[in-house]
Amino acid sequence: MMDPILSLDKITKTFYDDEEICPALAGISFDVCANEILCIMGPSGCGKSTLLRIIEGLELADTGTIHEAPGNKAGSPSAAMVFQDHALFPWLSVYENIVYGLRLAAQKIPADEVKERAEALLTLTHLDSFVHSFPHQLSGGMKQRVAVARALAVKPHILLMDEPFSALDTFTRMELEDEVLRIRLAMKTTILLVTHNPEEAVYLADRIVILSERPSVVSEILTVNLPHPRDPAGPDFIQIRELVTRKVRGKPDPILR
Amino acid sequence: MVLILKQRIREYGKGIAIIVLLLVVWQGAALIIQNNYILPKLGEIFTVLLHPASPVLGGQTLIENTYVSLKEVLTGFFCAAAIAIPFGLLIGWSSEVRAYLNPVIQILRPVPPIAWMPFAIAWFGIGINSVLFIIVMGAFFPILINTVDGVNGVRRRWIEVAEMLHATAFEQVRTVVVPGALPVIWTGLRVSFGVAWMCVVAAEMLPGTTAGLGFLIMYAYNLGQLQVIGAGMIIIGLIGLCADTLFRAGQVRFFSWQGKE
Repeated sequence: MMDPILSLDKITKTFYDDEEICPALAGISFDVCANEILCIMGPSGCGKSTLLRIIEGLELADTGTIHEAPGNKAGSPSAAMVFQDHALFPWLSVYENIVYGLRLAAQKIPADEVKERAEALLTLTHLDSFVHSFPHQLSGGMKQRVAVARALAVKPHILLMDEPFSALDTFTRMELEDEVLRIRLAMKTTILLVTHNPEEAVYLADRIVILSERPSVVSEILTVNLPHPRDPAGPDFIQIRELVTRKVRGKPDPILR
Repeated sequence: MVLILKQRIREYGKGIAIIVLLLVVWQGAALIIQNNYILPKLGEIFTVLLHPASPVLGGQTLIENTYVSLKEVLTGFFCAAAIAIPFGLLIGWSSEVRAYLNPVIQILRPVPPIAWMPFAIAWFGIGINSVLFIIVMGAFFPILINTVDGVNGVRRRWIEVAEMLHATAFEQVRTVVVPGALPVIWTGLRVSFGVAWMCVVAAEMLPGTTAGLGFLIMYAYNLGQLQVIGAGMIIIGLIGLCADTLFRAGQVRFFSWQGKE
């Protein structure tokens, strides 16, 4: 196993909603290794998105620490997120959305490098012919490509994806899953992906972290040892997928129908 | 080409038909009444309109009066926008500021701008400054309220994206809050321009003014020249229509993304 670039140690988070106490995360610990795709699965409402938001820094954990390996890419943010609802800025063109992060003072990137990075990403994500389009002119899959490019533009150590493809139709989703694999190869990105879909997890992941119901803990970490490209119809694939499904549902045995 | 023309005729034809009908009714009534102090004939109104560069009733020309009013409206409108937009952003962004300012805004907002006239004259004297004050009071609140609404309507998620990419607070306002709220602010500007236009005419009718469309209407009233009043009203209406059309065109041109995000 490679060295972890990110270690979560006993992360806890409790929400207080109208005097009601809702413990969401009850001590989550796991490592993320360089250049791996790690999928996080778990029953609905188990706090997967919250965990991602804590890693991103959009929310604070109550207790626990996140340890980051000393970054080799100085100046770039540790993590960038792709949201389920793409969250593109509708008043900016595709190009302007992608370079949004690069133009902020936090990045201090010279103009010619901004252009260079944007062009590389446009090619990588097959958006070349949509440079000047606006988000509302794009299909759902295209919008999500732009969101991925926008996150990658700042060269984050980790790309966080919060159910990025769950709002898309099956074929678009499959296409974008292949993109994720290509991006990982091309950019040497580490990807942390939350998904509801066992097939997506087994298709993409090197390892799958399964969370229990809330207040959630890590119930299991599965390693998926299948070579790419993976065949969703292959017997090994199906076996792992069924295993993952059962674990997420918290049922030890297959259900007899 | 012919198709587009047909479409346009269908689009505007109905509205124009009603206007023509009103003009016919007016003219009919004027011919029956035969009294220029009650209902001037259309011909006399148009005579005034068709000579915009000749002095009206021994005073300034229509063009000069229109120019004075327009200049006052634009000055007041831009002053109001320059104050209301930053305040609106601040109130929308910070619940603390809102807690302080909201009650006073809600109390001042329903006060008709013209009710400030006595204070305006006491503070700024008779003349253009008082008129400007009235316009600013009228134009201020629609812009302010819409800016606050616009900021509140900016999606939380957009701000999170900016935060995630380490935008500073100022950058978040500049690159997300302002552009995200702009369509609603624009609506506020459109409404407020209409209000400003009403304010200028009303304010010019008050004593002490010496030019402007409102002044002209009041002056013509004192001399019993109703055809001049009619001409003044038509110009006011047409300029209001032009301004509104421009604002609408801007909405379509710049904010076509609105509602489709």
